[in-house]
Amino acid sequence: MTDAHAHADSNYYVPHGSPWPIVAALALFCLMLGAVLFLDGVTSAWSLLPGPLLLIFLFIGWFATVIGENQKGVYNLRVDRSFRLAMMWFIFSEVMFFAAFFGALFYARMFAVPWLGGQGVKALTNFLLWPHYEATWPTNGPGHLGGEHFEAMSPTGIAALNTLILLTSGLTITIAHHALRSGKRGRLKVFLALTFLLGFTFVALQAHEYIGAYTRMNLKLTTGIYGTTFFMLTGFHGLHVTIGAIMLVVIWLRVMRGHFTPERHFAFEAVAWYWHFVDVVWLCLFIFVYWL
Amino acid sequence: MDQPYESTAHADHEHKPHGWRRWVFATNHKDIGTMYLIFSGVMFFLGGAAAMAIRAQLFKSGMELFDPGVYNSLVTMHALLMIFGAVMPAWVGLANWMIPMQIGAPDMALPRLNNLSFWILPFAGALLVSSFFVPGGAPAGGWTMYPPLMEQFGASFPMVIFAIHLLGISSILGAINIIVTIMNLRAPGMTLLRMPLFVWAWLITAYLLIAVMPVLAGAVTMLLTDHFFGTSFFNAAGGGDPVMFMHIFWFFGHPEVYILILPAFGVISEIIPAFSRKPLFGYEAMVYATASIAFLSFIVWGHHMFTVGMPVAAQLFFMLSTMLIAVPTGVKVFNWTATMWRGSLSFEPPMLFAVAFLFLFTIGGFSGLMLALVPSDYQYHGTYFVVAHFHYVLVPGAVFAIIGAIYYWLPKWSGRMYDMRLAKWHFWLSVISVNVLFFPQHFLGLAGMPRRIADYAPQFTDWNMVSSIGGFVFGASQLLFPYIIWRCVRAGKPAEARPWDGARGLEWELPSPAPYHSWQSPPSEAMLAHGAEH
Repeated sequence: MTDAHAHADSNYYVPHGSPWPIVAALALFCLMLGAVLFLDGVTSAWSLLPGPLLLIFLFIGWFATVIGENQKGVYNLRVDRSFRLAMMWFIFSEVMFFAAFFGALFYARMFAVPWLGGQGVKALTNFLLWPHYEATWPTNGPGHLGGEHFEAMSPTGIAALNTLILLTSGLTITIAHHALRSGKRGRLKVFLALTFLLGFTFVALQAHEYIGAYTRMNLKLTTGIYGTTFFMLTGFHGLHVTIGAIMLVVIWLRVMRGHFTPERHFAFEAVAWYWHFVDVVWLCLFIFVYWL
Repeated sequence: MDQPYESTAHADHEHKPHGWRRWVFATNHKDIGTMYLIFSGVMFFLGGAAAMAIRAQLFKSGMELFDPGVYNSLVTMHALLMIFGAVMPAWVGLANWMIPMQIGAPDMALPRLNNLSFWILPFAGALLVSSFFVPGGAPAGGWTMYPPLMEQFGASFPMVIFAIHLLGISSILGAINIIVTIMNLRAPGMTLLRMPLFVWAWLITAYLLIAVMPVLAGAVTMLLTDHFFGTSFFNAAGGGDPVMFMHIFWFFGHPEVYILILPAFGVISEIIPAFSRKPLFGYEAMVYATASIAFLSFIVWGHHMFTVGMPVAAQLFFMLSTMLIAVPTGVKVFNWTATMWRGSLSFEPPMLFAVAFLFLFTIGGFSGLMLALVPSDYQYHGTYFVVAHFHYVLVPGAVFAIIGAIYYWLPKWSGRMYDMRLAKWHFWLSVISVNVLFFPQHFLGLAGMPRRIADYAPQFTDWNMVSSIGGFVFGASQLLFPYIIWRCVRAGKPAEARPWDGARGLEWELPSPAPYHSWQSPPSEAMLAHGAEH
C-alpha cells in the first residue's frame, strides 16, 4: 500500500473459489428438470425430490461456509455493505414478483371481469359468448369453473387473526433487534423465538384455512379467477412466510451460539428486512384479496 | 478452505488456480467474464444456425425445407437463443470484464454469486436447446409465448418455462452483483458523475433487470399453472383474459429490449470519443437520457399490442409515451454526432462498428417511430416491417455494439493486437450484408407479408431472395469473428497498455494484458484525472 490515496476502508476481500456456486447451479437444474419430468408424465413424483434435497444440502453447506468465514472475522465493513445492498435488491426483486400477481388480480377485477359482463371495449364477448353472465366479484367466470357455487373468503375470522399474528411478529422482531443492539441477549432470545413461533402459527392457520376452503367452501385453485388469484397470491406469500420463519430459526440458533454483536449483525438485519417484507405483502393481500 | 480470503492489499503475485477448478469454482471477474462471452458466442452461432434455416426456407415461396411446425419452432428458438442466450450474457460478460477495471475495483462485489449467475446459464441453455428433441418438438408459439397457443405444445412446454426461470434467476443475481459493485466498490474519488458511461449504462440496465425479470417469472408461472393446475389467469371461461398475459409479458418485454440496447449505448459512448480524440459531448446529458429512457420503458408496453383492442385513451397514452422516447434517444444520437464533429477521426474496427451502429440503429429508431403511431401500426402490425424494425435495432444495434466492444477491449484482455485488415473485412462484409438482409424486409412488410409464416405469396419472392442472400453472407462473415479472436489470442502482436491513443478511462492505465487481479490498491487521483473521459 504505497499509494497515498488508498486508505484501509478501500481494501476489499476477494474470496477464493468455492464449490458451492456450482452445487447451487446443479441443484436449481435438478429442481427444474425434476419438475419437467414429472409434469411431462415421464416419471412419477419421485423426480421432484432430488432438487429440493440438493437445495437443502446447498443452503446448509454454503451458509455454513459463509458463517464460518464471518466468525473468523474476514469480512470487513465494506463486504458487510455489499451484503446489505445485495439483500435490499433481492427483496426488491421479490416485490416485483408479487407485483406481477397483484397486477393480474387488479387486471381481472378492473378489466377482464367487467368486459366479460358486457361493459367497455370488449363487451362483444359477453354479447356473443356469454350473454347471461353478470360481472360480480368474487366470480369463477362465465363458465362457472370449479362448480356453480362456492364460498368466498371472509376478511374476518382466520384472515383477521393472521393479520394480527403477522403484525405482532413484526413488533416482536423489532423488540428483538433493539435487545440485540443494547446487548440484552436474554430478551433477544425470547423475542426472536416468539417471532418464528408466530410465523409458524400463521402458516398452520393458513393450512387450516386452505383445508376448510377445499372441504367446506368448494373454493379451489380451479375455482375460476377468484380461486386462481386467491390461492396463487396467498400460496406464494405462505411459501415466503415459511422460508422467512426458517431463516428466523437459523438466526435464532446462531444467537444461541453467541453469534452477532450489537454493532455487527448483518444476517439478523437481513432476516428482519425479509420478515417485514412478507408482513407488508400480507397487508396488501388482506386489503385486496380478503377485504375489498 | 483453511485460508478462505486473501487480502487484496498484499496479494500482488499472480495467484491463479489451475486446471478445471479455475473455471468451475471461478471467482475472478475476468475468468467469469470470459466464460460468459464464450457461452454467448456458442449461443450466437446456434441461434444463427436457426436464422440461416429460416432464411433458407424463405428463399423461395412454397414449403421448401421444413413443415410449418418445425419452421415455427426455429423462429421461436432463434429469438429465445439470441435474446437470452447470446445478447444478454454477452453484456453481462462485458460488464464482468470491464466494470471492476473501469471503477478501480479489485473484482466484483460478490464473486461467488457471480460464479453462480454464470453457471446457471449452461444448464438453462441445455434445457432450452434439448426441447428440440422431445415429442412434439421445440415450442413454436414465438418468444412472446402468448396463450392459449403456447399452452398447446407438447413436452417442450414446461422445459421452456423452467429454462426461462433459470435464465431469469441468473439475470437477477448478475444484476444485483453489478449494482452492488458499482455502488460499493468505486475507487476513492470515482464519484457517480465521473463514472465511464458503460458503467452508467449498466447500472441503469441492472435496475431494469431486477424490476422486470421477476415479472417475466410471474408471467410464465401463470402459464404453467394454467396449463397443469387448472388456474384461470388467461382463461376467459373462468373470468381471466388471454390479453392479460400480453400486458404482463410486455410490461417485462419493453424494458427487456432496453436491457438489450442500453449497454450498447454505453459502449458507443466509450468508442466514439476514443476514435474522435475528443471528450464525449454532453456527458451528463447522456446519463440523464439513459435514465429517462429506462423510466419511459415502463410505461410504453401497450405499443406492442395496439391491434389487440384497448380503450382509445390507453392507445393515445401508449402512443404519446412511446414517441416521447425519441427525445432522450435523439439527445444521444446528436451527442455522438457532436462528439465526432471536428474530431480527429480514425476508423479502426471498433470505430467502424460504432459509426455503423450510429446510422443503422437510427434507422431502427425511425421505423420504431412509425410503429408507435396507432393508425399506421394497424397497417404494420404483425408484418415483416416489424421484423425489419427490431432486427435493425438488435443486429446492427446491439450485436454491432458487442462486436465493437470486443474489438475495442480485446487488446486489453489478451495483451495482443488482432489482425486489423481481417477485422475490417469482417466489418465491411457485415455492414453491407446486414442491410441487404434486413432493408428489403421493410418493403415486404409494407407490401403486406406477415411475419412468422413458413410460406408466402409468390409476389414476395424477389425481395425474400435478396434478403436470404444477405442473410447467408452475413452469417458466413460472422465466422471470421471467432477466427480473428483466436488468431489474436494465439499469435497476435503484443499490445501496448493504451493501444488506442485517444482511449480514456481507468482500464487503459493498467498494463495489457490486464493483470489477473487488477486494482488491488485503488488507483491514484492522478490516474483518475488522466483516465477521466470528460
